Amino acid sequence: MSGGTFVGMPAFPTAAREALGNAQLRHNLAHATGTIRAKRQRLVDEVNEVSDWEELRLAGAGVKEAALRDLGTQLELLEASLTANGATVHWANDAAEANAIVASIAKAHGVDEVVKVKSMVTQEIGLNEALEAEGIAAWETDLAELIVQLGHDLPSHILVPAIHRNRSEIRDIFLAEMGQVGRPAPDDLTDEPAVLAAAARAHLREKFLRAKVGVSGANFAIAETGTLVVVESEGNGRMCLTLPEVLVSVVGIEKVVSTFADLDPLLRLLPRSSTGERMNPYTSTWSGVTPGDGPQEVHVVLLDNGRTNALADEVGRQALRCIRCSACLNVCPVYERTGGHAYGSVYPGPIGAILNPLLKGVGGPGPEGEQVDSLPYASSLCGACFEVCPVLIDIPSVLVDLRAQVVDAHRGGVPKVEALAFKGAAVALSDSRKLAFGERFTRLGLRVARRFGAAKWTSTRDLPPAPPESFRAWWKRTDGGRS
Amino acid sequence: MSARDDILGRVRKALDGVEAGYAVPVAPRIAPLADVVGHFAERVADYRAVVVRCAPDEVAVRVAAALPDGARVVVPAGLSVEVPGADEDGADGRVLTAYELDAYDAVVTDARVGVAETGTIILDHGPGQGRRAISLVPDLHVCIVRADQVVPDVPDALPLLDPSRAHTWISGPSATSDIELDRVEGVHGPRTLVLVLVEKE
Ligand code: SF4
Repeated sequence: MSGGTFVGMPAFPTAAREALGNAQLRHNLAHATGTIRAKRQRLVDEVNEVSDWEELRLAGAGVKEAALRDLGTQLELLEASLTANGATVHWANDAAEANAIVASIAKAHGVDEVVKVKSMVTQEIGLNEALEAEGIAAWETDLAELIVQLGHDLPSHILVPAIHRNRSEIRDIFLAEMGQVGRPAPDDLTDEPAVLAAAARAHLREKFLRAKVGVSGANFAIAETGTLVVVESEGNGRMCLTLPEVLVSVVGIEKVVSTFADLDPLLRLLPRSSTGERMNPYTSTWSGVTPGDGPQEVHVVLLDNGRTNALADEVGRQALRCIRCSACLNVCPVYERTGGHAYGSVYPGPIGAILNPLLKGVGGPGPEGEQVDSLPYASSLCGACFEVCPVLIDIPSVLVDLRAQVVDAHRGGVPKVEALAFKGAAVALSDSRKLAFGERFTRLGLRVARRFGAAKWTSTRDLPPAPPESFRAWWKRTDGGRS
Repeated sequence: MSARDDILGRVRKALDGVEAGYAVPVAPRIAPLADVVGHFAERVADYRAVVVRCAPDEVAVRVAAALPDGARVVVPAGLSVEVPGADEDGADGRVLTAYELDAYDAVVTDARVGVAETGTIILDHGPGQGRRAISLVPDLHVCIVRADQVVPDVPDALPLLDPSRAHTWISGPSATSDIELDRVEGVHGPRTLVLVLVEKE
């Protein structure tokens, strides 16, 4: 049930090492994450002047948690209200089923192209590639996604997917690629952001105007009223949701909230956490078919693709509360240095480090399994992600729990060096006598580790030289530093 | 078994033993605003939208002044003001196609609610607001909000909205920060938003 999430990346340490060598990437990322972090903090402070950000987080987390704990009922309710509103509801176990449903709807309308709103879930299932294999072109219409798509590239951030590209690279991509798939960029294209955006506007407008079928995800799906919600900035979402005759929305089953009023804490938390704005420029809500306005044929695909695995994980279940704001990416010291690609999935950063293993399960075979198992270690456990998360996902605790699961999954076979080291540490640290005993061997242990097998561990971490005497020996000799 | 039964079965199994009842904490409200309408005007202007405040009898003049000379203008049926020379969407029972809409420079609409704290204008596409497409495709959107439509914050707006309608929440003009985080107004939606805020008598 892995779907298209795996993008053929090596395990995190290998991918991260490569990313660390890319000075441009690190510069772009540091600038982007720093800027967004500062904007977000200003807005959180502003909320605290007139209200209480922590209470708002509690309410947001509560709304999502309540729906998750009652997910079966909420999904049935959503299906019933969507159907009553004139939408057709489909269910998909995995990526392949969801892609087949979207392709068959497009084919039923005889189209060879669809326009798409930026959505994580359609990337997760590899919808564009699946449609392409059926002879249907899927046009990304978000500016950053367009840059990524035209650059034959992969997104590297949830919110600003092309953050790894600078303006002159974008100009080159537009000049070389736009003409291949539609209206070419003007010859006198400069690398001014406003000029580049205008070129994208002209290029995409012809696609919007002629589009018969639009594809979207949803930020929220309201069970009681059968309402879907899409939050965006550029208006490309509004174009795709409004102009085509047919609309297909792929919705992860964890997007359900119970009532229309539940939107309150979520719509106050999401833009502030995400782009550092009080509200994003455009939010669209629609409940099935609106006679005389917008698509008159509306489909909703409710997707599992591993979400029920995550739901069954008691500690990890909370990851399904995620509203994809990307705040955790922007504060993560590991993400800031490695960028999104190193996580080898459409969900990068701290949330990706827990979501991918939760969706796919740990201990899987082959390079994909190895890649997934490396992700819970892609963190310094500094706790910054938990601190910013608007829906209070305790990412560090989930990471630690998943590390234990990874270790357990590899029991029986040849244990990994890290597993052995941590096991040793657990034994030593659990008993003070053993610790005292062990410390005497630290220097020897490190020498052995250096020679046998710690090379992989130490190539990405500093292994400090062992002190000449143990802390306990020093304390005893100097009476805690007094003598 | 159908995918539906598979998924619902796995959901129920995953939640076996988990209490469904979960008390959701009430979201906090903001402190009362001394001047709700003024706050709204300020917050909308913060998004680099143009804000025009006027008395009720000035609306038509202010709207006309916001439209460039010779602009092709489209309006919905039931708009609260007269816009001389504008075409009405749906007149004679024929709605404009997307291509036809693309030929318009500007659109004038009413609104349903204004949200002061977030500077948001909410359309529910009732009379005076028109179909979603008409306030999207033209490059200039002139939107009329009356002072008595403005509420303090998001939780005050939601109960006023009918979920069975489609809604569009607008907070400033279309914008992107996708190129090196430089904010650029207007990628696909209207590049200019003019708020005509009608004060109480
Ligand atoms: S885990 Fe929390 S902070 Fe990270 S993207 Fe999801 S909601 Fe945002």
